Amino acid sequence: MKRFFKLRNASRRATPVVNASTVRNTFNRRVAVIGGIQGSVAVLLAARMGYLSIAENEKYRLESESNRVNLTLIPPRRGWILDRNGAPLASNRADFRVDVIPERLSDPDEMVEEIGGILKLEADRINDLKTKIANARGFAPVEIASGLNYDEFAALSVRLPDMQGVVPQRGFSRYYPTASSVGHLIGYVGPANAEEYEQDRNPILITPGHKIGKDGLEKQFEKGLRGTPGARRVEVTAGGRIVRDLETREDIQGDPVRLTIDGPLQDYAARRIGLESGSVVVMDCQTGDLLCMASMPSFDPNSFSAGIGSVEYSMLRDDQRVPLRNKVLKGLYPPGSTVKPMHCLAFLQAGVSPQDTIVCGGGRRIGSRFFNCHSNHGVVDMDKAIAQSCDSYFYHFAQQVGFDKVAALAKELGMGQEFDLPVTSQFYGTVPTSDWKFNKFGREWQTFDTVNASIGQGYYLASPLQLAVMTARLTTGNRVQPRLVLDDTPVKAESFGYNPEHLAYVRQGMSNVVNGAGTARRARLPLEDVTISGKTGTAQVVSLSVSDGRSGPWKYRDHGLFTFFAPFDNPRYAGAVVIEHGGGSGSAYPIARDVVTFLFDPAKGIDALKSLEKQWGGTAQERLEKRYAAYAAERGATVTPPPRRDEEIFDRVEAEARIEAEQLQEIGEEFVVPRENQTASGSPPPDALTPAVAPQDQP
Amino acid sequence: MSVHSGIIPEPIARQPWGMLIPLFLLVAFGAAVLFSAAGGRMDPFASSHLIRFGVFLGMAAVIASLPRVFVRFMTYPAYIVVLLLLIGVEIVGNVRGGSQRWLDLGFMVLQPSELMKPVIVVTLAQFYASLPLSMLVSWRALLVPGALIAVPVSFVLLQPDLGTSLAIAFGGAVVMLLAGLPLKWFIGGGVAALAAAPLVFFFGLQDYQQRRVMTMFNPEADALGAGYHINQSKIAIGSGGIFGKGFNNGSQSHLEYLPEPQTDFVFATMAEEWGLVGGLFVLGVFTIILSWGLKVARQSRDRFASLVAAGMVATIFFYVAVNLMMVMGMAPVVGIPLPFMSHGGSSMMTNMICIGALMMVNRWNREAPRTGLSG
Repeated sequence: MKRFFKLRNASRRATPVVNASTVRNTFNRRVAVIGGIQGSVAVLLAARMGYLSIAENEKYRLESESNRVNLTLIPPRRGWILDRNGAPLASNRADFRVDVIPERLSDPDEMVEEIGGILKLEADRINDLKTKIANARGFAPVEIASGLNYDEFAALSVRLPDMQGVVPQRGFSRYYPTASSVGHLIGYVGPANAEEYEQDRNPILITPGHKIGKDGLEKQFEKGLRGTPGARRVEVTAGGRIVRDLETREDIQGDPVRLTIDGPLQDYAARRIGLESGSVVVMDCQTGDLLCMASMPSFDPNSFSAGIGSVEYSMLRDDQRVPLRNKVLKGLYPPGSTVKPMHCLAFLQAGVSPQDTIVCGGGRRIGSRFFNCHSNHGVVDMDKAIAQSCDSYFYHFAQQVGFDKVAALAKELGMGQEFDLPVTSQFYGTVPTSDWKFNKFGREWQTFDTVNASIGQGYYLASPLQLAVMTARLTTGNRVQPRLVLDDTPVKAESFGYNPEHLAYVRQGMSNVVNGAGTARRARLPLEDVTISGKTGTAQVVSLSVSDGRSGPWKYRDHGLFTFFAPFDNPRYAGAVVIEHGGGSGSAYPIARDVVTFLFDPAKGIDALKSLEKQWGGTAQERLEKRYAAYAAERGATVTPPPRRDEEIFDRVEAEARIEAEQLQEIGEEFVVPRENQTASGSPPPDALTPAVAPQDQP
Repeated sequence: MSVHSGIIPEPIARQPWGMLIPLFLLVAFGAAVLFSAAGGRMDPFASSHLIRFGVFLGMAAVIASLPRVFVRFMTYPAYIVVLLLLIGVEIVGNVRGGSQRWLDLGFMVLQPSELMKPVIVVTLAQFYASLPLSMLVSWRALLVPGALIAVPVSFVLLQPDLGTSLAIAFGGAVVMLLAGLPLKWFIGGGVAALAAAPLVFFFGLQDYQQRRVMTMFNPEADALGAGYHINQSKIAIGSGGIFGKGFNNGSQSHLEYLPEPQTDFVFATMAEEWGLVGGLFVLGVFTIILSWGLKVARQSRDRFASLVAAGMVATIFFYVAVNLMMVMGMAPVVGIPLPFMSHGGSSMMTNMICIGALMMVNRWNREAPRTGLSG
């Protein structure tokens, strides 16, 4: 034992004893250890696998299912918007389209270039898309193109495996058969933006190809028009390739909306406005049905649905005729002489006899000051005052009756009022009264204010819709409510209880404007048995010292107005035509004449329009397209992109319209020397012709 | 294992069927998984898998019949040839201007780094078998084998192929451990390796390798980026449950969510369709093969042979352990296939060389007297 210990001690200090047997022992021991380690690794792996496949089975099975199955929503077909006879103003057409989902693109710019190459998109469109994708929230799809033909669609589809985030599909897109004619009325559709998605976290909003109403009726009736999305469950590979359909639920189309609008009449009126900037409203004066709300020039809602392009936006912005503004609802103009029949009714109700006369000596002294008339009318009674539009008569009796009384009737007839209509916004204008003036400016009502207001000038502002409603109410003596949707039950218009004789007298006066010795004799209808009655108006936008209103810069020319009803014996239709800076009422009433002619004899109306359109260089839509091509060729490279959200565009347009209306009222600071231009100015407005010319007449 | 029935001829009866039959079953199972991975077709994976197994089984049989003297005589020349091949791919790769790991021999694509795995084992076994036992504790017993390992490992690292260089180093290290080198060297080496690990991680690894290590710890953090592979693999394994989704019904593999369902992630492909049962079968077969290999190593009275056998077991074990840990999210993605199941010629060749070498040692054990002297 002693020796053993010694050896052990010695071996510990010096080199250990190494021989075959110790090496063998070490080997066996270490093999056993390694075997043990291997065994524990095997146990560890088995435990890990058991954990994954038993304890976490549920979680991973779900993840595997969500990998395998892809639920795609099918954008519902949008409900149609129909005119009163059931003809579509907005429908859907089947097409091929392609969208991208920005967050799934590895290199967006390169991908847009590649797709652009395949689809042969134009350079400015590609640039627009790049900015749009860069600004988009990742999840919201961006439309690259719609209306593709099958070959383009197929060319994209075969490349799909290399194009992550690109979604070509077959779907439906919105189609407006009469294009720009209904632009302001119907609005347009577009993909939901990020803010809209945040408000309403509906997954359909970020489904490629789904559009929502962005303006006009499309926006107002969004809820009903939208419909219910379909759904498709498909098995997909990691690369997004669809292996097979598992289940499909069809979409349910949105409900149609049937309008009171008469589609052909709307289109006719819009085209008839021609090169001018203006609006035409026609309504059924018995029921209140709005048959036509044309506002031109306009945009093509078909081309807006993929988003508003920079070049297109820039062209529309540059146009002085503000094609983005719905002038029927948001154009405010001094009504001018068109209010005179209504003022006559106020005088009659205040006890003025139709036979009471005044002497117009090229004007009349009211109080201590002499106010000019546009002409020297001699002895004037009510009939002559309406027919010849004598201003002195209205100065005199407005002063005698008191304008606040006149204003009360004007408001009753719809001036300065908003109507219960499904529109995004409408301007209510101004019927000036002494209270209104004091509240707004802190100044007392003056004699010249009465004088201005008595002939629809000064602070007086009205929209074309109000002028039409006013005329309808004046014609019938009923509280006619404008109605835009045919499915709404018509409200029986109650009578105001006016004296029928007074009303008949006013109607006769308006008839004489056209059919007697009046200011609009050339507005007579080329028809045997129907007569139109109306009242001309010329609204000055700047004082006589700045411009004579007929020549010179377009911006300073007078607005031309005409309110009308027809037929005379049994009034059925009432309406208003307003031509901005038309130079006088002569620019407005020929349009009213042709529109009413079309109502009674479409063939005759079309003939008149066809020959005019030949001079103008095509229909409104054709001219818009030509203008766009010329504009793009000239200035395509230098345009600034439109605001990211469509709302901003229209908010801006609306704000500008309000400012413009305010500026119009500045003329009311002093007496507006009247004039009655019965002939329109000879030259068309700038921006009306192709190619677009730079605005040359801005100060 | 011996069968004393008399019906079966002796040369067949004396084969190690206890290991071979599970191996055949595993390869057949692998072929079935590859059949599914190819979308229910024998081509391109399953048929070539079986053919390769057949060819390399023949090769293993040839290896198994090699005499001990010949093997020891050929060891160093083989090491030198494989090392030259490694240098060769490096040069060819540099000339072509890209990393290259293989030589195209015309009839097959050869990855010399794969060959190095068994060759380093045999080389070190030869070195220690010829080293006088008294020198085992001297520095020479460490330095020369260290160099023998370091040279090929550095060439493989240059390729760069972290997985294979780790495999070579692991095989070599296990042989050094079993050869009887003082344990404190290994402990010291282990401590040094732990200390050096952060340095290697931050300065030695390439960016993508660093990311792979990081994602191992938190694969869900970046489900579409670097963690994608591990995550999809875990989904495949976890969604299989106990009995799996059924043969040919794996959605993860068929719908291409699983990366490389036929090579590195073949186990996940299998587990999705066969579940925990299939996984335990695979683990069981590997346990049988490896414990048989260790038994062969222990039974050998010959120092060279026992080191060769144990080293071969370690080499196979390294493949299996790293691959399975990787697919289950316990190790970084290092690109190491699963022996006998993954589709791929080089790994099949390496592993069959290991099997052949084990059978060879097994034959030597049977032919040598049980209690003979060892060299």
